[in-house]
Amino acid sequence: MSSFLAFTIFGLVSGAAYAIAASGLVLTYSTTRVFNIAHGALGMLLSFVFWDFSVRQGMPTLLALFLVLFVVAPAIGWFLQRFVARGLGDAPVSVSLVVTVAILVATLGLAQQVWPPEARSVQPFFAGTSYEMFGFFITAHQIITIVLSLVVAVGLYVLLNRTRIGTAMRASVDNPELLKLFGGQPERVAALSWAIGTSLAALAGVLLVSTVGLDYFALLLLVINAFAAAILGRLQNLPLTFVGAMALGLVTSYASGYLPTDGLLNSVRNVVPALFLFAVIVLMPQAQLRIGQVKGIVSAPLPSPFKALSWSGALLLGVALVAGALSEANLLLVGTAATYAIVMLSLVLLTGYGGHVSLAQITFVGVGALAYIKIDSPNLVGLLLAGLVAAGVGALVALPVIRLTGLYLALATLAFAVIMDRMIFQADFAFGFNGSLSAERLSILGYQVDSTAGYVWVMAVFFVLMGLALLVVRAGPLGRMLVALRDSPAACGTLGLDQRWFRVGLFAASAGMAGIAGALYAGLRGTVGAAEFQFFGSFTLLLLAVVFGVTSVTGAALGGVGLMMLPVLQADYPGIAGLFFVVIAVGAILLARDPNGLANQLFRLGRLLDRRFGNRIRERIPVLPVPGGSLGGMREQARAEHDANAAADQSLTTVGLGGGAATTPGPDQGPAENKEPAGV
Amino acid sequence: MSSLAETFAGSHRASGRHDGPLLEVDHVVVQFGGVTAVNEACFTADPGTVTGLIGPNGAGKTTCFNVISGLQKPTRGTVRFQGKDVSSTPVHRRSKRGMGRTFQRLEAFGSLSVRDNVKVAADIHRGVLKGFLPGGHGKNIDALLERVGIAAYADERADSIPTGTARLLELARCLAGDPKLLLLDEPSSGLDETETDAFGDLLRDLAAEGRAILMVEHDMDLVMAVCDVIHVLDFGSIIASGDPATIRRDPAVQKAYLGYSDEADADAHTVTDLPAVSDDTMVIPAAREGVGS
Ligand SMILES: Nc1ncnc2c1ncn2[C@@H]1O[C@H](COP(=O)(O)OP(=O)(O)OP(=O)(O)O)[C@@H](O)[C@H]1O
Ligand SMILES: [Mg+2]
Repeated sequence: MSSFLAFTIFGLVSGAAYAIAASGLVLTYSTTRVFNIAHGALGMLLSFVFWDFSVRQGMPTLLALFLVLFVVAPAIGWFLQRFVARGLGDAPVSVSLVVTVAILVATLGLAQQVWPPEARSVQPFFAGTSYEMFGFFITAHQIITIVLSLVVAVGLYVLLNRTRIGTAMRASVDNPELLKLFGGQPERVAALSWAIGTSLAALAGVLLVSTVGLDYFALLLLVINAFAAAILGRLQNLPLTFVGAMALGLVTSYASGYLPTDGLLNSVRNVVPALFLFAVIVLMPQAQLRIGQVKGIVSAPLPSPFKALSWSGALLLGVALVAGALSEANLLLVGTAATYAIVMLSLVLLTGYGGHVSLAQITFVGVGALAYIKIDSPNLVGLLLAGLVAAGVGALVALPVIRLTGLYLALATLAFAVIMDRMIFQADFAFGFNGSLSAERLSILGYQVDSTAGYVWVMAVFFVLMGLALLVVRAGPLGRMLVALRDSPAACGTLGLDQRWFRVGLFAASAGMAGIAGALYAGLRGTVGAAEFQFFGSFTLLLLAVVFGVTSVTGAALGGVGLMMLPVLQADYPGIAGLFFVVIAVGAILLARDPNGLANQLFRLGRLLDRRFGNRIRERIPVLPVPGGSLGGMREQARAEHDANAAADQSLTTVGLGGGAATTPGPDQGPAENKEPAGV
Repeated sequence: MSSLAETFAGSHRASGRHDGPLLEVDHVVVQFGGVTAVNEACFTADPGTVTGLIGPNGAGKTTCFNVISGLQKPTRGTVRFQGKDVSSTPVHRRSKRGMGRTFQRLEAFGSLSVRDNVKVAADIHRGVLKGFLPGGHGKNIDALLERVGIAAYADERADSIPTGTARLLELARCLAGDPKLLLLDEPSSGLDETETDAFGDLLRDLAAEGRAILMVEHDMDLVMAVCDVIHVLDFGSIIASGDPATIRRDPAVQKAYLGYSDEADADAHTVTDLPAVSDDTMVIPAAREGVGS
């Protein structure tokens, strides 16, 4: 009985800390409509800062706490709102998700860079002091935690309901324009709420760190607890958020106290918050379609069939030539790049065309790999089945949340990724704890592809086939509908589209593509383990997809290579391993608002070069194909397209600037179907 | 497709399978927190007629449209379509039954061309699965663009065309689904005078085909010229209903509108030269905050 009481107290104390974190999340979301996925990561970073001040530099605890909560944290929050998250509230959810994921990855990279992994610990406040109550002990730290959560609750209530700035905060959600009209300054209000929100994340982190430990990922996952509680309060209602946090604290505590210590149920305790989050999301009421125009995205233009085919051929030829000359280790790297490239294709479909964000794409890769191994028929049928299993799992994740908006879909995928990572993949029936499984290479129509070089080429073929299929879909009625649904769900609804099934199908298709990538990857490596499919991988995947261009097949190919290079570079330059994360994150933040990414810049560069030098070179070397810079096909084709490209490039720029004017067609403008600029 | 062909043939005259109006809004109440946006509103729309819904900014007109089309759940009250209660029918099913609407804040598919916008609508109307099949609606789409007068913009991206054109595009998109009821939210704002005249003729044509048209509009000349019946909404309540001549003379209507203009020369105003308060970038609900209920 007394152990029950002890677990209850412990649960309430953790709940109090979650409540503090969750209320920070609610504050930032409800004033700026930006859901900060990096909330837990910021708490983590600031806990490290607190450790640095109080332990490494030996400041008095109170001073360190004061500096963290009232100087460093607000400064970071203010900076992030001002320079990173500004204006995100009006952007599509996918953009604000990408930006906050980027903040998360940057925060993690920064923490790892400044405080490289080593054993660190933070003592609880007033360590050793405790009081006896009803026959058991409650520590001073626990009392402080509960008291502080109450202080935060009352403080926020007073701030929001009894002060002018609080009223402005509440008003800025409903109508920032309106607030401006009445002399309020929405920007200042937004910055203030981010400052306070970050402070609250820091406070939660500092309170939890003595029990959770100074661990990058454990604290980063605190965000899931905060999400779960905040979502119970619909991201707006602070009292309900507190109730949610306490409930979650209790459930987590009882789970750790009473679950059996062996078997699958043992690992459930690792994922209680994620399960709770999933449950809360599923119980959310139906969302109403939001009205309000989302501007069309200037997508990378679709390539002409000729261009797509010639570039596919060139890619396959290139891989065939290079593969013969590479060492086994390098071949494995190329194969890994091909895997990632296919996964990025699945993001082109889901995010680039569909406007949805998945934070579990690497998990689906794992599902595909696992299914391929378990099905144990290494041929095209087995591969297809593995893809179908992943698609089915994807549909299962999407189904319960399909009534909700994209934000909840993304959060559900995050919860799913954590559950798979921390529980299912490590179970005995899957890869096993720290274990791995061996897989056989694919045989195609009875011919087993044994050599790694050959296998890598087969993977490239799959990439090309899936890329071409994607382009065909995009150019057809389904692709149009996909883009329409991204641009305006409300209009699609009033035109008669039942978007729930459409979205389940989209999500399943994307998960299936990732699953096929996983199956191919399993065959490539021969042995795969759970460690290769950790949830964090989906974050870097998403960011690199955005950096290289999540709207084009070229972007996916480049992104695949980029993601493969990341761990290689980090291993080569261990001293700046964390900085690589920061660089990627900054790139994603800069490019998030233009999801066409670097690939599109490349297309532009290609057209520019073609315009400048294309004709001159073609005159000099009349028999050679067009140089690479033109991104074009054969000579005649390129010549025909040359003039048209110039016009198309110009019009793209016009649209990009939001200009309404149509370009005046020049006298020498090519026929309309030749107008498509290069971009494969 | 045949449905699009029917668009031009006018097949709706005989669609009265039930007695009574096509659309019935019955004592609908919508509250947002403390604000009552729509208060016990009752009105109808009938095939072959153009019904106007007018009122000052923030009167609750768009909210009424949202309730009718299913984007907003009413706090109380029912919406009946073809005699059936559709209050809890999802948005897309209402559309399948024959409702189409345009939006005050544009909802065009910005990254698609104008023609593709209409194509998507036609595809959706045919059914998502049939959308796989190669479509044979190319000519009809162009005819539809021609009809609403935006054929010249067919190949432009929808986010680069002028506001007025985008509103016509939204109308064309609806028509691709051949709706029995058209809900138009401030369709003429952004059009110049000649375009507005042409638009008025188009409205009369569409009504003559047997469609019911319900229109929110701030351009009083247009409203008075094309509407058969007008309902005036103020603070969420219907304060007057009748034909244009009756509405023009109604003292309550004059007061509702003129309450916002300069007191001194209020007598000089008639409803026809009301301020055209349409504003698609910013609604000014503030003036009404907390006044409702
Ligand atoms: N989603 C919402 N949440 C809260 N209040 C809302 C919401 N939508 C509308 N309102 C309020 O309901 C009232 C009616 O708004 P509505 O948009 O229906 O007016 P309207 O008659 O269409 O005005 P306008 O002529 O400016 O378009 C306004 O006070 C508005 O602030
Ligand atoms: Mg309106």
